[in-house]
Amino acid sequence: MFRLVLVAAAWVVLLIAAALFFTLVIAALPGIRAAGVGALVSATWDPNRAQFGVLSFVYGTIVTSLIAIALAGPIGIAVALFLSELAPRWLAAPMGLLVELLAAVPSVIFGLWGLFVLAPLMRTVVDPFLRSSLGFMPAFRGDSYGPGLLTAGVILAIMILPTVAAISRDVFQAVPRDQREAMYALGATTWEMMTKAVLPYARSGVIGALVLALGRAQGEAVAVALVIGNSPKIVASLFAPAYTLASVVANEFSEATGPTYPSVLIALGLLLFLVSVTVNVIARLLVWSVSGGRPAAHTV
Amino acid sequence: MLSNLRRKAAAVAAVGVLCAPVATLADTQIVGAGATFPFPFYSRAFYEYTKEHSDVSVNYQPIGSGGGIQQFTAKTVDFGGSDVPLNSREYKAAEDANGAVIQFPATLGGIAIAYNVPGVPSHIKLTASLLADIYLGKITNWSSDDLKKVNPGVNFPNLPIVVIHRADASGTTYIFTDYLSKVSSEWKTKVGNAKSVNWPAPSSVGGKGNDGVAGSVRNTPGAIGYIELAYALENDIPYASLQNKEGNYVLPSPASVIAAAAAHPDVSWRNFSIVNEPGKGSYPICGYSWVMVWKNQADPAKGKQLVELWKWMLTDGQAYAAKVKYVPLPKNVQEKAIAALSGIHS
Repeated sequence: MFRLVLVAAAWVVLLIAAALFFTLVIAALPGIRAAGVGALVSATWDPNRAQFGVLSFVYGTIVTSLIAIALAGPIGIAVALFLSELAPRWLAAPMGLLVELLAAVPSVIFGLWGLFVLAPLMRTVVDPFLRSSLGFMPAFRGDSYGPGLLTAGVILAIMILPTVAAISRDVFQAVPRDQREAMYALGATTWEMMTKAVLPYARSGVIGALVLALGRAQGEAVAVALVIGNSPKIVASLFAPAYTLASVVANEFSEATGPTYPSVLIALGLLLFLVSVTVNVIARLLVWSVSGGRPAAHTV
Repeated sequence: MLSNLRRKAAAVAAVGVLCAPVATLADTQIVGAGATFPFPFYSRAFYEYTKEHSDVSVNYQPIGSGGGIQQFTAKTVDFGGSDVPLNSREYKAAEDANGAVIQFPATLGGIAIAYNVPGVPSHIKLTASLLADIYLGKITNWSSDDLKKVNPGVNFPNLPIVVIHRADASGTTYIFTDYLSKVSSEWKTKVGNAKSVNWPAPSSVGGKGNDGVAGSVRNTPGAIGYIELAYALENDIPYASLQNKEGNYVLPSPASVIAAAAAHPDVSWRNFSIVNEPGKGSYPICGYSWVMVWKNQADPAKGKQLVELWKWMLTDGQAYAAKVKYVPLPKNVQEKAIAALSGIHS
């Protein structure tokens, strides 16, 4: 009986996912037909004139989520290591709680904070500094208005930091004591214990946290819409305004009318789904190849 | 007829059952959905109306004009709200679903051109062609001679212009691009008129909602953006005076918006644009927000309440528009809208 309930629960999840995908495909079909294959290689978004080029949205989605994971990944893992290995108990508990609270802040709050506080800061301090120090790269050249790819990436990094930190901390705490003590017994320093015992043991869990965080960054709509500058263009500069798949749907769906326009926006949702899956698969393949073909699970 | 009666009987029975234990529940529930722009006015006015008429409750969901049209056509709401009335194709779809539709304007708004140029005071002068050239990306710096020519004495800095537009599809953008299409043939052919367009200026940034545009304007030196008049009046943000059709420079205000609307009395859903209207005191960028109701009401009692509600909204209710910095309808448009309402069968 108990087994039956568990199996049913598992199937319900699968069925919901399949139903979602199926509905998405059905609703997106007229849009895909109207937009055509050419939409995948065009960056001209002009629904008014039936031009549905999606390339700039895919570009914006990938670039902002990569900036976010590049910033939040190392910091989040460092926070988690500190909380589980170094912090005294009186500090670890309240600090851990604060990290988890950060995950409960609604995304529109992050977005508004980003628009009114972070964007001016980026325009006046961060972007000019990057331009003067790293300006030899095209990514750090050009005008900065505040809202843009980099600002959106930083906001996303702050938003996914709790996901990375909280899950990684739980994973680190699940590493058996024996592992650490064995390392110490071999004369390892705390640093060596963390890098040679805790991290390898917890690797699959940490990767899971990063993949989950990456997914959240790709799917975030409202906060990004407020700080990315919402401009469907592909520009090399990270300071430039851009657009993401999720934020264009959030911005335009409520006012989309006509036979094809709403359907094209649903197709963008489907595309986001495919982009997420592709990026996840690439991420897992990368990890798999780095770890020498061993399964990502328990390697110790 | 018979099924109608039966439905009515069932409805009465259902209401009776529902109301029995809760005496304070309103007898008639009127539900609407649509445009976000008139929501502050509607929610205030509906609140006042239901205070006086305890047998009615009104619920308006500000889900956007597109959603309003969809919900109305699907008959899930009693009235729909939209910043742009149903076009011929949408009207046909609604007509096929439930017969003729009556559309009338319920409130009025203007669009202010806000800017952020350090050292430049509020109320600089802009002409239609200057505004179009800025949004086309042809004038890219505040120190442009064209700007200096119409603003003698204003000391413009050497600062690039950042063009801010609405990122979310909106009636505000529709009215703004309607204006630019009317005054610039280049805009009309290159960009056109819609709730969201492909913005041509290279240095353009999209803000989400009025607050997004206003926030970006305020944060970015050199920025220019279009926002709803009520929003500009309630926030301390510099805005321009625009040259109208007669050549006068007019500031956006409830009075100058009413003047523009009154100059176009024969407004209808086929002829609803009131941008660039004649008249010495007319502000050139204005528009109505529209309401859609079915001509044939299935439930006569509810239909009667619906007509009563909108008659009040178009007359006494207009007083609450000014309280939330919205613009009341001019008298001639009010009368026309009320006349349209009397065509409802219930």
